[in-house]
Amino acid sequence: MTNGASPHKETNLWQSVLDRLKLWSRKHSPWLIHFNSGSCNGCDIEILATLTPRYDAERFGVQLHGSPRHADILICTGPVTRQARERLLRTYEQMPNPKYVIAVGACAITGGTFAGCYNVIGHIDEVIPVDVYVPGCPPRPEAIIDALVILLQKMSTNGPKIEEAVS
Amino acid sequence: MTPSTDRKRFTVPIGPQHPALKEPGHFAFDVDGEIVQSASVRLGYAHRGIEKATESRTWVQNLYLLERICGICSHIHATAYCLGVEKLAEVEVPPRAQAIRSLVAELERIHSHLLWLGVAAHEAGFDTLFMYSWRDRETVMDILEALTGNRVHYSANVLGGVKYDVDDKQAATIREGLDFLEERTLHYLEVVTTDGLFLQRTRGIGVMNRDEAEQSGVIGPTGRASGVHRDVRIDSPYTAYAEHPILPVYESTGDLLARFIVRLREQLASFEYIRMLLDHLPNSPLTTRMPRRVKEGEAISRVEAPRGELFYFIKSNGGDMPERIHVRTPTLCNIASVAQLVIGQHLADVPMILVGIDPCFSCNDRTSVISQDGQRDLWTWDRLRQYGINHYGTHYSKDIHR
Ligand code: SF4
Repeated sequence: MTNGASPHKETNLWQSVLDRLKLWSRKHSPWLIHFNSGSCNGCDIEILATLTPRYDAERFGVQLHGSPRHADILICTGPVTRQARERLLRTYEQMPNPKYVIAVGACAITGGTFAGCYNVIGHIDEVIPVDVYVPGCPPRPEAIIDALVILLQKMSTNGPKIEEAVS
Repeated sequence: MTPSTDRKRFTVPIGPQHPALKEPGHFAFDVDGEIVQSASVRLGYAHRGIEKATESRTWVQNLYLLERICGICSHIHATAYCLGVEKLAEVEVPPRAQAIRSLVAELERIHSHLLWLGVAAHEAGFDTLFMYSWRDRETVMDILEALTGNRVHYSANVLGGVKYDVDDKQAATIREGLDFLEERTLHYLEVVTTDGLFLQRTRGIGVMNRDEAEQSGVIGPTGRASGVHRDVRIDSPYTAYAEHPILPVYESTGDLLARFIVRLREQLASFEYIRMLLDHLPNSPLTTRMPRRVKEGEAISRVEAPRGELFYFIKSNGGDMPERIHVRTPTLCNIASVAQLVIGQHLADVPMILVGIDPCFSCNDRTSVISQDGQRDLWTWDRLRQYGINHYGTHYSKDIHR
């Protein structure tokens, strides 16, 4: 979304103002969607714990949302099972651009303990591109908050990113 | 469930991605207007093939793999596995280790029930209770972390004993935490039994009487809420439950409210039990020697997980890896009852009935229960939940205005 050498200077100005406005609002209220593609639940309850009063990630404007069409960040847990692969892809593709992905837990990064199980076809970044990895089994809520903060920083340095799913 | 040609009826498929349960499962409900006519469940999204994987890992490696079947009841999975393997190897576990296993198991039950209370309240649209119960849950998480160093997979068990000891200082922290939690649990008990709005969502809904419960084979707190007197801790005591029996909790009404009350009262029983255990911790070493190869044979072990009876079958061929391990988790027994319970109920009550059994798909999805899949207008779980809340919102406000 870079501004090329366009003859319409005014449109460019508008475009950049609009882009900055969008980035600002996105950074101050990123909406999450959570997808479990075969995790043991451990990571999922830690994500939930991150959003509840003790850790309260909502103070960054982060909110968990039900529909991929409203979400900016996909937060994935677990290895990818044969059945969940297509669902994961579909969820990712339904998200509006720009979209970001956080992979939470050892399983999401490498398959973890479940690597080699017959119904596990791999880890998250073999299916969709991942922006931030959070190691741990499961990671502590502090680590998940840290990942969110890193991602928010990344949003502003890299600007909006458009990427298609590798299907 | 076949797609019906009748115009009034249509199928509402839900899932598998629905953030409320944090786990994937697909449901299809056939509705006639508002009333559910039939339901089918499709699971297996989290099926990883753990049982097969156990056959290519050593006895010790399997302990860590099996603990990761479920992040909520991790300790009890490891306990069931250890008990089975120790039985095969004919190893006697020291009493202090047994007591600590029970102690961690009860702490785990408390954390699991509080977690459930929050999720169930969230389904009812009662997010205040959700946030409060999760805040209080952090107290028991702190205790578990102080005891074992981990918040979720405690790894307290080893074959032949436990890894962690409880000293006096820790015991004092545990007691302190328990006092706070007890006060809170009593408060929640009062809230769920007196709050008018909440009672409207729970009282007389999803009723399952004792006969039905026996027939559909429900277990754990779901069964105990219908008056089924079944609790492995009492019927076939293991670890420290033989020496120090725990107080059983039963209700008889069998509706959603009873399921709330049973789980909350179970927590109260757990507090008492942990205090008693701390008073009577036997003195002994924490582990015994465990052979690397386990004698040939078969063993069965049963334990009471927070959701009901957990069953392990272990077969050894005398080597350093198991020949076969089979696990049957409580959700598998309970999930079938949902398909029956929702028939004739309002669509708006479905989320509550489903969470009423406290389903755990990651546990369950080592085996798959498949029925046909009706793919049409896809509802997200969130949409169904919101539907339920709105439904009751409008009805309740009508009641007030009348
Ligand atoms: S990383 Fe650990 S806690 Fe997370 S899903 Fe995998 S096994 Fe469970």
